[in-house]
Amino acid sequence: MTSIATSPIDNNELGEFGRSSADDGRGSSVVFEVSNLSVSYSGKLALQGVEIEVYKNFVTAFIGSSGCGKSTFIRCLNRMNDLVPGAVIEGTARYHGLDLYGPDVDPVEVRRRIGMVFQKPNPFPKSIYENVAFGPRVLRMKEGLDERIERSLRSAALWDEVKDRLGDNALGLSGGQQQRLCIARAIAVEPEVILMDEPASALDPISTSRIEDLIHELKRDYTIVIVTHNMQQAARVADMTAYFSVVTPEDGGSRHGVLVEYDRTAKMFTNPSDKRTEDYVSGRSA
Amino acid sequence: MTVRRVRAWMFQALMILSLAISMGALVWLLVGTFVKGLPALDMKLFTNPPSSVPEEAGARPAILATLYIAVLVLLFSLPIGVATAIYLEEYARKERWYNRFLEVNIQNLAAVPAIVYGILGLAFIVRGIGVGRVLLAGGLILTLVVLPTVIISAREALRAVPDSIREGGYALGATRWQVISRQVLPASIPGIATGSILALSRALGETAPLLLIGALTYVAFDPTILGPFTALPVQIYTWVKLPDAGFQQLAAAAIIVLLAIVLGMNAVAIFLRSRFRQKW
Ligand SMILES: Nc1ncnc2c1ncn2[C@@H]1O[C@H](COP(=O)(O)OP(=O)(O)O)[C@@H](O)[C@H]1O
Ligand SMILES: [Mg+2]
Repeated sequence: MTSIATSPIDNNELGEFGRSSADDGRGSSVVFEVSNLSVSYSGKLALQGVEIEVYKNFVTAFIGSSGCGKSTFIRCLNRMNDLVPGAVIEGTARYHGLDLYGPDVDPVEVRRRIGMVFQKPNPFPKSIYENVAFGPRVLRMKEGLDERIERSLRSAALWDEVKDRLGDNALGLSGGQQQRLCIARAIAVEPEVILMDEPASALDPISTSRIEDLIHELKRDYTIVIVTHNMQQAARVADMTAYFSVVTPEDGGSRHGVLVEYDRTAKMFTNPSDKRTEDYVSGRSA
Repeated sequence: MTVRRVRAWMFQALMILSLAISMGALVWLLVGTFVKGLPALDMKLFTNPPSSVPEEAGARPAILATLYIAVLVLLFSLPIGVATAIYLEEYARKERWYNRFLEVNIQNLAAVPAIVYGILGLAFIVRGIGVGRVLLAGGLILTLVVLPTVIISAREALRAVPDSIREGGYALGATRWQVISRQVLPASIPGIATGSILALSRALGETAPLLLIGALTYVAFDPTILGPFTALPVQIYTWVKLPDAGFQQLAAAAIIVLLAIVLGMNAVAIFLRSRFRQKW
């Protein structure tokens, strides 16, 4: 299989879209361009017809009640759904113009550029150091590994808490620390995008606010997509917000998720265009 | 007393009785063996070859052969068993008929009596590919005996590694093989080791398949991998058959040695399990 680097888009071009560009490029370019994307699991439709553009160095939040397909959608953006037997993705998802599901695209290569943090912290049962070192090692970024690990842990606001015990097992950290370790682990391979699927939903309020502060820091260097069921959280961290909801088709089709509305966060929470969004953000519907 | 309380009491009494019977039998066997065997348990047992004079006889070739066989079985069964388990757990698509067929067969093979493997080994290993009645053949046959158990326990150990670990690896751009070799397999090693050691310790007590492929009952020299051999259970079997009280004592002493080897291995397995048990 061909990698992204050798696909129609040339490598330099991809690189220029990366962290190297300055802050003024914020939001001006499109990172993901998704059209008419539908997902089904073993023939059962889960999500239909999503159209969205995700902008560079923005924090984009996906909100909506549980089961409306937020995780399903975010996992399409780095081809994690390829790992689910029976998952079928239709439509197109472009990453800097390149079709992520194109025939020449290697999903492993996609995931090197588009990192992911999961709902439940999932550190490897190894030392803190080895957790962060895993990504760089498998991607053969071995030069300056120690510095890279320190930099990643600093970026994830974890360095001061763990610098004296990098050799300790990561499972001994608190939940919030584990999640920041997972963020450090993702940062260590220098992705352009970090996808976060409810990264704080398993954490206490203090750890949650630390993660939110961290997201504010990280958006200078990364494009962040975050799923959250917590509207206040979306309002606090996101530039753009997308509201997903479950619909039951009148023609008797099965219930599935759709993207209802997508706009600037301020507008979504104060003056949404869609009645369903308004009901949701004002707490009138589940 | 109500009927229900009488029932409960009787049930408890029955359980205690059955426990007492099994423990009693075990203790009686152990005490009998130790009383008889301890006088004969001396250095001579470890340094001398068997002899027709009980006072001279030892079990050195048999003890060495059993240790060699243990090493051979681990060398053969671990790579094959772990590779099979990795295929079945991590690669095989369950909807394919041949994968389900494989699974069912491995379950069934684990229940096949060891002597059947002996017959198979005699036909295919000793005669078929002409390995001959040598220690290597014994190692290969006991490998067949433990292999299904090793595969099953390795699969369980792999399955115990949560999918979130695999996803964490994939999300960093690791390939499937990198995820398996660097995360899943290392995390499951304690489980694999425990299961394999327990399987091996049971197999080392097997006598029938080794007798069947012609483990000799009298070997007076240190074993080699490609030479004729005996093994500790075979030696015990030989001595027990002899009428002389001296040989009965030797048999009991050899049983103590075999027990020590097996219990020692089980202790290692239990240690590994408790020391490295992963709390996810
Ligand atoms: N691996 C899967 N296999 C089958 N169905 C799934 C799978 N993951 C999610 N679904 C289904 O897809 C729908 C959307 O789920 P999900 O994307 O997890 O929603 P959310 O993250 O918004 O709570 C649900 O109906 C769920 O049951
Ligand atoms: Mg979800």
